[in-house]
Amino acid sequence: MYETNYHRAGSVADAAALLAKADDGKLLSGGQTLLPTMKQRLAAPSDLVDVTKIAELKGICEDGNAISIGAATTHAEVAASDLVKQKIPGLAKLAGGIGDPAVRHMGTIGGSIANNDPAADYPSALVALNATVTTNKRTLSAEDFFTGMFETALDDDEIVTSVSFPAAAKSAYAKYPNPASRYAMAGVFVAQQADGSVRVAVTGAGQDGVFRVPEMESALASNFAPDAVAGISVSADNLLSDIHGSSAYRANLVTVMAKRAVEAAS
Amino acid sequence: MAHVSMVLNGKRVSGTVEDRTLLVAFIRENQGLTGTHVGCDTSQCGACVIHVDGKAVKACTMLAAQADGTEVVTLEGLAKGGTLHPVQAAFREHHGLQCGFCTPGMIMAAVDMIERHGAGNLDEATIRHELEGNICRCTGYQNIVKAIKAASDEMAGLQQAAE
Ligand SMILES: Cc1cc2nc3c(=O)[nH]c(=O)nc-3n(C[C@H](O)[C@H](O)[C@H](O)COP(=O)(O)OP(=O)(O)OC[C@H]3O[C@@H](n4cnc5c(N)ncnc54)[C@H](O)[C@@H]3O)c2cc1C
Ligand code: FES
Ligand code: FES
Repeated sequence: MYETNYHRAGSVADAAALLAKADDGKLLSGGQTLLPTMKQRLAAPSDLVDVTKIAELKGICEDGNAISIGAATTHAEVAASDLVKQKIPGLAKLAGGIGDPAVRHMGTIGGSIANNDPAADYPSALVALNATVTTNKRTLSAEDFFTGMFETALDDDEIVTSVSFPAAAKSAYAKYPNPASRYAMAGVFVAQQADGSVRVAVTGAGQDGVFRVPEMESALASNFAPDAVAGISVSADNLLSDIHGSSAYRANLVTVMAKRAVEAAS
Repeated sequence: MAHVSMVLNGKRVSGTVEDRTLLVAFIRENQGLTGTHVGCDTSQCGACVIHVDGKAVKACTMLAAQADGTEVVTLEGLAKGGTLHPVQAAFREHHGLQCGFCTPGMIMAAVDMIERHGAGNLDEATIRHELEGNICRCTGYQNIVKAIKAASDEMAGLQQAAE
């Protein structure tokens, strides 16, 4: 790892000021993506601004009919939250399947979505549940937030502060994990709203990151059953293809994971 | 440079290290506790698992500076007055190791999982899911899973006896 300077921020304003002062500073949250990247010398920020001690970025609370999760809340905290388990069980399940226990004790939702790894789990939940991302500058819909592989709408000096998830009538997540890394080869989040409308979001498979499957959404809106999606497949054209699986293999996984998610949500 | 101070296995320790120093390097090189192993440089093997403020984390994926002010327990901190921790004893009893390289991380992960689920509440499927971040090149995991199950049940018995 190249040399760096570590700072602990006490507030969001403090973190913004520390970033502004740094040559090439980066926020450090759980460090479960940034530190491995720095160890490989693929990133060399001059300064690290630790946001995990900022009280206003921590915790999970009910906010009307939504659940608001602070950016520095860990995957383990989301997975263990009674509120999340009760209102959006698919989200608790997703958080409990990220990486391994040690990764979940450190890794945070803010770090995960800011990184927008195409194989990360959270982006699918944010898009399927129509979540809102709040930063120190503005609020954005999940679909406006994720803009491509490892790309988001965030400015360099912008800090994610929380994510708000509207409660769903039904929700579930199914992923086919890479056996070594546990990242998604394909992960499908299915959410049904009280009015019967459905959103289906896929992670792990798309070249541009998370995407929705409108055909599955309309089929499930009229018949919320695994059979409704069994015959629907996504085109392999824009899917990832690598040593772990071809795009055709991933296209098939998307249908299989969608069936499993609907079954788990039914 | 960062001045770090923490309670390590019940003892207050401190040191001055580069900001980029990993917690595992502070523990092994600065404090001379080599029970915590480093098995990879990709944060995937789990040989370095320790407890920071009561939670299992990878010491290779945390800076020493991040651990300033915390309470850290490593493998060396488990045995009490010459008596092995029940998880350590179970690994010996059930032959839960061969070369032993992964063992420190396995044992620290096992103690953490038993604490979170409650002693006596672990079945084989849960143990295997919980061990996804700990890689062993030797044993095939079978005896590791057996040892953790036995320790969990044994600790539940100890708890009952104490009540
Ligand atoms: C072995 C292993 C297995 C894993 N498996 C999975 C998996 O199965 N699924 C999965 O989804 N992920 C997986 N991960 C990644 C893990 O979930 C990370 O925790 C997550 O991607 C990044 O979160 P973090 O809090 O650790 O962020 P960091 O590593 O601290 O930061 C990541 C990036 O986000 C930026 N950032 C951090 N906080 C903020 C903020 N508040 N506002 C703006 N930018 C911010 C940082 O500057 C950095 O660029 C795995 C990681 C490891 C090491
Ligand atoms: S040394 Fe491999 S995960 Fe830490
Ligand atoms: S006993 Fe050799 S790596 Fe596990």
